[in-house]
Amino acid sequence: MLHVGLTHFLVISIALFSLGLYAVVTRKNAVMVLMGIELILNSANINFIAFSKFGNFGLQGQLIALFVIVLAAAEAAVALAIVLNIYKTLANINVDEIDSLRD
Amino acid sequence: MTESSLINIAVTILFLPILGFIVTLLLGKKVKKIYYFENIILFFSLAGAGILAYTKLSLFHDTAITAEFTWINLGNTPLLGEIKINLGIMIDNIAALMILVVMLVSFLVHIFSIEYMRGDPRYNRYFAYLGLFTFSMAGIVLTHNILMMYMFWELVGVSSYLLIGFWFEKKSAADAGKKAFIVNRIGDVGMFIGILMLFTTYHTFTFDEIFAQISNGVLPFNSGFWMTVTGLLIFAGAIGKSAQFPLHVWLPDAMEGPTPVSALIHAATMVAAGVYLVIRVFGIMTSDALVVIATIGALSAFIPATIALTQNDIKKVLAYSTISQLGYMIMALGVGAFQFAFFHLITHAFFKAGLFLGSGSVITSMHHEQDIRQMGGLRKKMPITYYTMLIYSLAISGIPLTSGFLSKDGILAGSYAFGLLTGNSFFAIVGFFVALLTAFYMFRLMILTFHGEPRNKEKYEHAKESKLVMTLPLAVLAILSIFIWYTPNPFNPEQGWLLSKGINTHEQYIPDNTRFDFLTPAKEPVIQNEESASVMYSESYEEAIQESHIPTMLLSLLMAGLGILIAFVFYQWKKINVDKLVDRFNPLYKFSLNKWYFDELYDATAVKGTIGLSSFLGKFDSKIIDGIVNGVATFTRGFSSFIGKFDNIVIDGIVNFTAYLSGFIGLIFRRFQTGKVQTYLVFVLISVVILLFIFNSF
Amino acid sequence: MTTYDIIFYLFAAVTLLSAFFVVTNRNIVHSAFYLLFTFFGVAGIYVMLGADFVAIVQLIVYVGGILILLLFGVMLTNKITNIEIKTDSINALPASIVLGLFTGALGAAVLNTNWKVVESPAPEATTTALGNLLINEYALIFELLGIVLLIAMIGAASMARK
Repeated sequence: MLHVGLTHFLVISIALFSLGLYAVVTRKNAVMVLMGIELILNSANINFIAFSKFGNFGLQGQLIALFVIVLAAAEAAVALAIVLNIYKTLANINVDEIDSLRD
Repeated sequence: MTESSLINIAVTILFLPILGFIVTLLLGKKVKKIYYFENIILFFSLAGAGILAYTKLSLFHDTAITAEFTWINLGNTPLLGEIKINLGIMIDNIAALMILVVMLVSFLVHIFSIEYMRGDPRYNRYFAYLGLFTFSMAGIVLTHNILMMYMFWELVGVSSYLLIGFWFEKKSAADAGKKAFIVNRIGDVGMFIGILMLFTTYHTFTFDEIFAQISNGVLPFNSGFWMTVTGLLIFAGAIGKSAQFPLHVWLPDAMEGPTPVSALIHAATMVAAGVYLVIRVFGIMTSDALVVIATIGALSAFIPATIALTQNDIKKVLAYSTISQLGYMIMALGVGAFQFAFFHLITHAFFKAGLFLGSGSVITSMHHEQDIRQMGGLRKKMPITYYTMLIYSLAISGIPLTSGFLSKDGILAGSYAFGLLTGNSFFAIVGFFVALLTAFYMFRLMILTFHGEPRNKEKYEHAKESKLVMTLPLAVLAILSIFIWYTPNPFNPEQGWLLSKGINTHEQYIPDNTRFDFLTPAKEPVIQNEESASVMYSESYEEAIQESHIPTMLLSLLMAGLGILIAFVFYQWKKINVDKLVDRFNPLYKFSLNKWYFDELYDATAVKGTIGLSSFLGKFDSKIIDGIVNGVATFTRGFSSFIGKFDNIVIDGIVNFTAYLSGFIGLIFRRFQTGKVQTYLVFVLISVVILLFIFNSF
Repeated sequence: MTTYDIIFYLFAAVTLLSAFFVVTNRNIVHSAFYLLFTFFGVAGIYVMLGADFVAIVQLIVYVGGILILLLFGVMLTNKITNIEIKTDSINALPASIVLGLFTGALGAAVLNTNWKVVESPAPEATTTALGNLLINEYALIFELLGIVLLIAMIGAASMARK
């Protein structure tokens, strides 16, 4: 194990991203999909801040990370509203059973 | 009485009959007595015509009164310049007299018809048609332009058609109506072409404007020849309408119509329209045209007169006599005796209408028997009819003290003078010979009908004098056939008001070199050189007529007397056996009896020719044209079926293959479309992985 | 191995393990709780990267806001009487293969790249600087974010009410 550098953070980011993606792709429950998306967003934030630090970009990366957090909050609210709507309409939120897109 | 009030009266006269026509036609089925309305209308028209004629001749003798309005304004046309089509009314002396004659005869015929037509299922419609006819005729008389005249001309044709075919249940009547209409069309085509020639040359339809331009030397195609042609084309209309040779064949057949109609239309007024037309356009007739007109008139006078000799149908005799008399008028126009032609037109209108009405009276009392061989001895049964008809017969034969003598004598004098001035005595000879024939066949008719012993006892027993409404018109017409109405001197019409005041001396507008020398009025007694001096040719013609007056009178009296004498010898005293004579001259008799085979001739040439041409054209159509069409169709069908096959196999094959391919591919790829977002995401991931490995930069 | 490294690995382990449990646990409520630890771990990594303010915001927004929101979502979309709030995974195997390949590719890319690293100055408090940046240079975006949040709020409320 070498001295902790940029690569370590990137690897953690990749791992988080893959786990999030896995959740998005495989989980049936829509809320779980949302959780996966939060993981992905977090991995992106790690990337931003890591590059901000190791690329000597000052505070800009952190600022972008802040924006992402704000957007994540908004996204979560709207997505949950959508999920609730789907639930009201179809009486379940299993993503694999929602296939109206096929028609 | 001002000019504008005269115009108002004329318009009223013109439109009253059409009002009667419309009202009578519309209410005819509902209101039984509506025909009274038509008769009252006619009475007012007659009164108006009387006032009009009297006022015109006494107060406005020298001027023609016109009123016009612009009907169509074509504006400034690119090729012809300013063009306006005006409609209007012109009242000159001739028109005023003519409208009076038309209305008078029409009114008398209306009165006569009340009794004659009683019991007819279409009683009211009959009067409506009479109203239409009267309207049309008044239009012809009163118009001031040739276009409007042509319109009314055709309207007259229509009403004539309607009235001839009034009893259309009879096939012969329906056929006669058609025949009259079609034969008239032949002449009218010529007239129409003539009108168009006038219009293209002068850009107007109005008589006065045309005449004015001709006076200024404007001619169709700048040649006197085309002026002649134009005049003759317009005269063609008169040939048709006045039943002149060779289009005379319709008039005898037109006797299928009711007898009063024959009196009104086919004796007194409508057929006179042709003569009236020629009088109207007399100013544009060149000498060549006049010779043709005179020749046609002479032939029309002679041929039907010979036919009338042997006819046995009382109305047919009168019909041929009508053609003959119209021929007289046309011939008179041709030889330049303009005023006598119009004079004869008037007198003939009265006595010929009377003859027809008289024959109608006889026919009714004989229960619609028209064959004179079935009659005889009716004098005692029907004295009024007999005596009135005797007056008419004397008039038509040209016996002194009658109107017919005056006018006929004038015509004969005119043709005699023409012979003197030009050396061409053909017309005079024909005129005198026809006078003989006329006297003969008229008295043959009278004797066979009224004298001798009744040949059909049964019908004779039932015969009786007609009612007052029928005899009254006869009496009026008989009175009008006496000389006193026209001139105080029974031997000289020139002294009467009609010729001295009523009829203007005609004018010719065409250039001097295209007219007869003797018709050239001396505009100014200019002495050009010693020879031509100041001879006033127009006056010389008048003088020639005056000179030939006495010999003509004697000769015509001789002819008429001879004709009557022969008739009495043949039929009254039976000194000569007519049957033997007929046997001896059988071919001639047959020739006359069969009307010179005109109908057969036309049937063989014109009718058969038309039918043959039609059937040839029909065959041409069905064989060649249809053949071409069918050939094209067959080819098109073959080509189409080839295209269709090509379409079905090749094009459709490609299309189907494409569709099949798409379907096949779709079959594969629809597996991928699950409608589940997650599956799509997986696909996206797979694609990204593949791309990463393809652009592998690590 | 410095203290810094040890702390880093600690946080990394917390983050990845809890994330793994989030993804694989069948009970959705448990997943939510594991997610809490993941967020803590990520916050720690932010601190390791010298982003103290972002770490605080991460804790406040994610843990205090989004996570609660997600829990509410779970509760509202499962009937209260229904204890079974577990969910299954689908297509686990193909997804694992594809993701493995994907992760491998990403990892290869990261590891094979020769990153040009510039040593940054020692970390110091960032709050003031961020505030300045936000109000000055990024003022427009700041405003826009406010509008986005407003719209999201109204939209979410409107959609959920229907």
